Amino acid sequence: MIRIRNLVKTYGDVKAVDDISLDVQAGEIFAFLGPNGAGKTTTIKMLTTLLSPTSGSIEIDGLDPIARATDVRRRFGIVFQDPSLDQELTAAENMELHGVLYGVGRAVRHERTEQLLKLFELWDRRNAPVKDFSGGMKRRLEIARGLLHTPKILFLDEPTLGLDPQTRNQLWTQVKYLNDEERVTVFLTTHYMEEAERVAQRIAIIDHGKIVAQGTAAELKQQTGTDSLEQAFLKLTGTSIRAEQGTSADQMRAMAAMFRGGRR
Amino acid sequence: MNVVYVLWLRQLKRYFRSRARIVGSLGQPLLFLVSLGFGFGPVFRQAGQGNYIQFLAPGVIAMTVLFSAIFNGIELIWDRQFGFLKETLVAPVPRLTIMIGRTLGGATTAVLQGLVVALICMLVGFRPGGVAGFLGGLLFMVLIAVMFTALGTAIASVLSDFQGFQMVMNFLVMPMFFLSGALFPLTGLPRALDLIARVDPLSYGVDGLRTSLTGLSHFGAGTDLAVLSVLTVVLLLTGSRLFSKIQI
Repeated sequence: MIRIRNLVKTYGDVKAVDDISLDVQAGEIFAFLGPNGAGKTTTIKMLTTLLSPTSGSIEIDGLDPIARATDVRRRFGIVFQDPSLDQELTAAENMELHGVLYGVGRAVRHERTEQLLKLFELWDRRNAPVKDFSGGMKRRLEIARGLLHTPKILFLDEPTLGLDPQTRNQLWTQVKYLNDEERVTVFLTTHYMEEAERVAQRIAIIDHGKIVAQGTAAELKQQTGTDSLEQAFLKLTGTSIRAEQGTSADQMRAMAAMFRGGRR
Repeated sequence: MNVVYVLWLRQLKRYFRSRARIVGSLGQPLLFLVSLGFGFGPVFRQAGQGNYIQFLAPGVIAMTVLFSAIFNGIELIWDRQFGFLKETLVAPVPRLTIMIGRTLGGATTAVLQGLVVALICMLVGFRPGGVAGFLGGLLFMVLIAVMFTALGTAIASVLSDFQGFQMVMNFLVMPMFFLSGALFPLTGLPRALDLIARVDPLSYGVDGLRTSLTGLSHFGAGTDLAVLSVLTVVLLLTGSRLFSKIQI
């Protein structure tokens, strides 16, 4: 379903993604793990047509995301790391807008909106403005929205960030249910290792833009001689903390970039 | 077509739901109208220029449309900051369609806002002439609205956060308003000011609006219409070009 070969993305002299290759099979739940700033989000942006690679190739359901952007966009749903709902609109209106943007016919749109909002337990609140929703409700709505047009692939970029254990647990149960029910391929990132171990069939770990290991959770533990995925992860990526926010000079550079056209 | 409609509708819903913004944005035009209108009224009359409210009202209406339109365009930065922009950018829809839907929606609310201010002007004593004049005025309001929403969108496409907003207001929008002939007649100005007024696109908007509503003309309605139409097309094209280049 997803095929990545020798993918590279550089910003100036920084290699955000450095020659990665991986395959995700249809119907699979695939976890893409790595410390902050390792290149996860950059990779997802390239997979979802938002960013063009410096070199290398990507196939989404056999199509190139740059050359066939529109066709590729129809095939996936995405839940971004940061919320992307219109807060002023209601849950139902956000769904409606998404359905029209994706060219889903009126009848199907309404039927699927009802079905998905019920599954994610938001149907009773469908006419409330999103700004009144809790963090967990917003996340669930985003996932429901991402699935409205029956995509073949669902990208989830840290969907459980900041949610309590109950909500996280329920959310993954629902995602697993949809993966079973609609055979949607799921490509997810998370910092919660036990989540990845629980839901994902296969896992890849990226660090400094390179894939340092991939396989099932059991394989990764075996490779590193550890007995939990968390330990395996730490062994592979080290224990030092990654600086995402740089020095003040970096921040000045970021400001300058804003005036040049804000590419990042 | 559906997509344009649904994005247009979104802008309208957002507009009608933020009552605070509607009321808040009426404050400034009202202040200009009452303080300048009544304050400079006697001087204006003594200078033999007639009723100042009659002269000022089209300028204040143009100002309202200008500010709302620019703001609606720049609202794109909010969408970028609060994430909704990404939802539209990954949708299987050409960016041009998204830009058109947004711009039409923003322009519609700017015109609505202008109509509300026109009504207030009439309460204060402004008397526009006839139905034909009103329809002409509406046409100019639409042109001002579309042009400046497109300009706002173009600017917002290259700024990635709020920091630049103040700069745009102080160095572009405010001068454009104050030097457009919205507040004073453009006749007999110093050369430099006259030149600036001629390159200020809003001058033609104010003049067209004033010509339609009151019959007072500086450039002539034909010139106004021609300049505004060409500029609107140019800004729409520039705006959609910059919009389609946004990367997040």
